[in-house]
Amino acid sequence: MKAKSRRTGKPRKTKAKLDFFDLRLYIAGQTARSLAALANLQRICDEHLEGRYRLEVIDLLERPQLARGDQIFALPTLIRKLPEPMRKLVGDLSDTERALVGLDLRPRPSSRS
Amino acid sequence: MPRGRPTLVCGGPGCGKTILSMEFLINGARQFDEPGVFLSFEESIEDLTANFASLGLDPRPLSARKKLALDYIRVEPNEIQETGGYDLDALFIRLEHAIDSVHAKRVVLDTIETLFSGLSDTRVLRAELRRLFNWLKTKGVTAIVTGERGETGMTRHGLEEYITDCVIMLDHRVVEQNATRRLRVVKYRGSTHGANESPFFIDESGISVLPIASLGLQHSIAPGRLSTGVPDLDAMVGGKGYFRGSSILVSGTAGSGKTSLAGYFAEAACRRRESALYFAFEESAAQIARNLRSIDLDLEPFLRKGLLQIHAARPTTSGLEGHLSAMHRLIEEKKPRVVVVDPISNLISVGTSVEVRAMLARLIDFMKVRQVTALFTSLTIDEGHPEGTDIGISSFMDTWLVLRNIDRNGERIRTLDVLKSRGMPHSNQVREFLLTSQGLKLLDVVRHQGRVLIGSERAAQATDGPVGPQRSGKRAPRP
Repeated sequence: MKAKSRRTGKPRKTKAKLDFFDLRLYIAGQTARSLAALANLQRICDEHLEGRYRLEVIDLLERPQLARGDQIFALPTLIRKLPEPMRKLVGDLSDTERALVGLDLRPRPSSRS
Repeated sequence: MPRGRPTLVCGGPGCGKTILSMEFLINGARQFDEPGVFLSFEESIEDLTANFASLGLDPRPLSARKKLALDYIRVEPNEIQETGGYDLDALFIRLEHAIDSVHAKRVVLDTIETLFSGLSDTRVLRAELRRLFNWLKTKGVTAIVTGERGETGMTRHGLEEYITDCVIMLDHRVVEQNATRRLRVVKYRGSTHGANESPFFIDESGISVLPIASLGLQHSIAPGRLSTGVPDLDAMVGGKGYFRGSSILVSGTAGSGKTSLAGYFAEAACRRRESALYFAFEESAAQIARNLRSIDLDLEPFLRKGLLQIHAARPTTSGLEGHLSAMHRLIEEKKPRVVVVDPISNLISVGTSVEVRAMLARLIDFMKVRQVTALFTSLTIDEGHPEGTDIGISSFMDTWLVLRNIDRNGERIRTLDVLKSRGMPHSNQVREFLLTSQGLKLLDVVRHQGRVLIGSERAAQATDGPVGPQRSGKRAPRP
């Protein structure tokens, strides 16, 4: 899969590597799940987005009105504001593989593979 | 609705779930000062607002006054990626925020099942929904949760498992091209509820539910009598006319003079300065007015003054429930003292006779409670047995006049008799009547040698000639 996309020179992967990532993590309080999500996200950012991301953590217990803007209903939710298009990742990011796919840091598994 | 508990409203697409729940909120805010929260998963706030404004349920003034909070949660399956454990805390937080912002007593979730399309972990979702409904109970809000009807259960995702207090099922079905909406309370814990399906109707003023079972026979009776519009006929029904608030059936074959009798009745009411409402299912208003003018009945002045209103509609323009609801609304609005329905037999074309009977029973009850005197005409098809009114509605009626068109000796003779008239002494004679350019005339009974003479025989007798098969070209003009 990886080799294939390199051979066909899919632009997405290379482009994503250069893009700046604007991320928002929505949580509610310092629950175990919130903390896990934050740690998982930190790890992903360190490994894949070194120096080209911005992360804002929003605690909805403090600012509930913010849930409306990004259409948040499940927690934790990670929103990728940039690059476009917007992506919504629901869950504590413990499934690194799916999290990377969701952030477009890894190509989506196609039906052929 | 059970206060402080969630109610499930389910039904197929387009059955009125959203409207029912919106009306629940708006009326709560307007009439009971109970603010509400509408959480939509399907339509954006702009769409919702526009849709409801068109039904007379504009939420904007209420949200401006902080009586109503609208929120829209968009669940877009394509942009969601699940990456691990999660819960619906954000939904709780949003809902709580909305509830607190208006101090809501009522909450609507429409349609929460949409979450199932966006999130794949149904185990988590189910646990979270259970938690949500329990949480709503502890918040003490009265909630409506809507659900799409599923193929196997009441809802697609089995919401009925969680909401066990009250379940209302809506249905929108088409019977012989006429769509009817129905509502049924499937379950209502801790109350005796009607198990019947009740038709309901959505129009410019929202939802009206029409209970099929009627109110019971507890209406008080109005004092007084009112004229039939024909003095001779007044004499036949106890000398004073119909009872106020009674129901009168005028049945007869085609061309026997039903509409004429109805016209006189309406006109008499107008002469007493009482408003009359005429529902015509056969002729237009102009046509009725013109035709009645030919028998010296001028409705024009009353129509102009608005004392008499004629509402003409083809029976097929809407379903029975539509007609009934329209009639209810007009009666509520115009508050007439007398109502004419001409003819009820035409309504058979839009319903089965069972339905027509049920509808009439409801209409009659509705009018009796308001002490409206109602006259119904009915076309009998079978000349031989005019008593066998096809809809079998005579038992609802207090007075029943039968008109006949007798073919005898080469002439058609119109007769009228009072088949029944509850609570009053009434004539048992079959009277001949004439529709003349001077009006409707009941002729005196002429007896000859123990026989009642009618038609040209009586004319011959009146001129003191011999009674026999001689031909008389014309009926004698009557005083």
